[in-house]
Amino acid sequence: MKVTLTRRYSFSASHRLHSAKLSEADNQRLYGKCSNPYGHGHNYIVEVALGGPVDPATGMIANLANLDSYVREHVLSDFDHRYLNEEIAVFKTIVPTSENLCIEIFNRLKGFPGARLERVRIEETSKNSFEYSGESK
Amino acid sequence: MVTITRKIEFPASHLYHNPAFSAEENRRIFGKCNNPHGHGHNYTLEVTVAGEPDSVTGMVLDLTELKDLLDREIMQRMDHRFLNYEVAELKDKIPTCENIAIVIWNLLAPRIRQGKLHRVRLYESPELFADCYGDGAGR
Repeated sequence: MKVTLTRRYSFSASHRLHSAKLSEADNQRLYGKCSNPYGHGHNYIVEVALGGPVDPATGMIANLANLDSYVREHVLSDFDHRYLNEEIAVFKTIVPTSENLCIEIFNRLKGFPGARLERVRIEETSKNSFEYSGESK
Repeated sequence: MVTITRKIEFPASHLYHNPAFSAEENRRIFGKCNNPHGHGHNYTLEVTVAGEPDSVTGMVLDLTELKDLLDREIMQRMDHRFLNYEVAELKDKIPTCENIAIVIWNLLAPRIRQGKLHRVRLYESPELFADCYGDGAGR
């Protein structure tokens, strides 16, 4: 029986889409107002999906309190109310699109000891969402 | 393949308690979900059926039939109930989102006559949900 458990979290942060590999004109053409020089922010929603057997003793795939503290420690405490470009190391060299954010958050959470990380889904706004399930799928 | 999804909502109460654990273990593992008189949620259930649209009706399955099935098997069983005590299928289980989703899958899968049950998604709150795909491939 395949079952997954998904928990939603949120954090607020700012970013700027700008690639050092492109000219200013190309950045502006490609990213538009997302490339405005001082950045802008979003209320990000992060859905973390876990899979694995349901423990018959607890009825759970993973203990939510453990997941909450893991996500807080590895993601939310670093990302919330930050400027992603400057304050998250990986985004000094890659563009903090929500695609890349999905991959970064997935990589930070894949070591969760309680269950298998199935998927990270990010809503940048209510209109845009992104998913990453790791390389092997 | 096309999927169609129907959503229903039902308030119900539950508590988490495993009699094999000591009181302290129950408290440590389940936290406030172990409070002895239980607590409630507005559950939202999304049931997704997959199939090919019928060449005559254009439907994967008749939504009225699905609505009646959900009413008969889920609403009448779980709506405004204390899940631990009033739902026989959950009697010896901890009524977590995962286990309720599995019970719902098992109730619905054999009773869907057109198309195949693809996913049962049960929200306990907007922040927490379980997906059950049965034993099929799913995602």
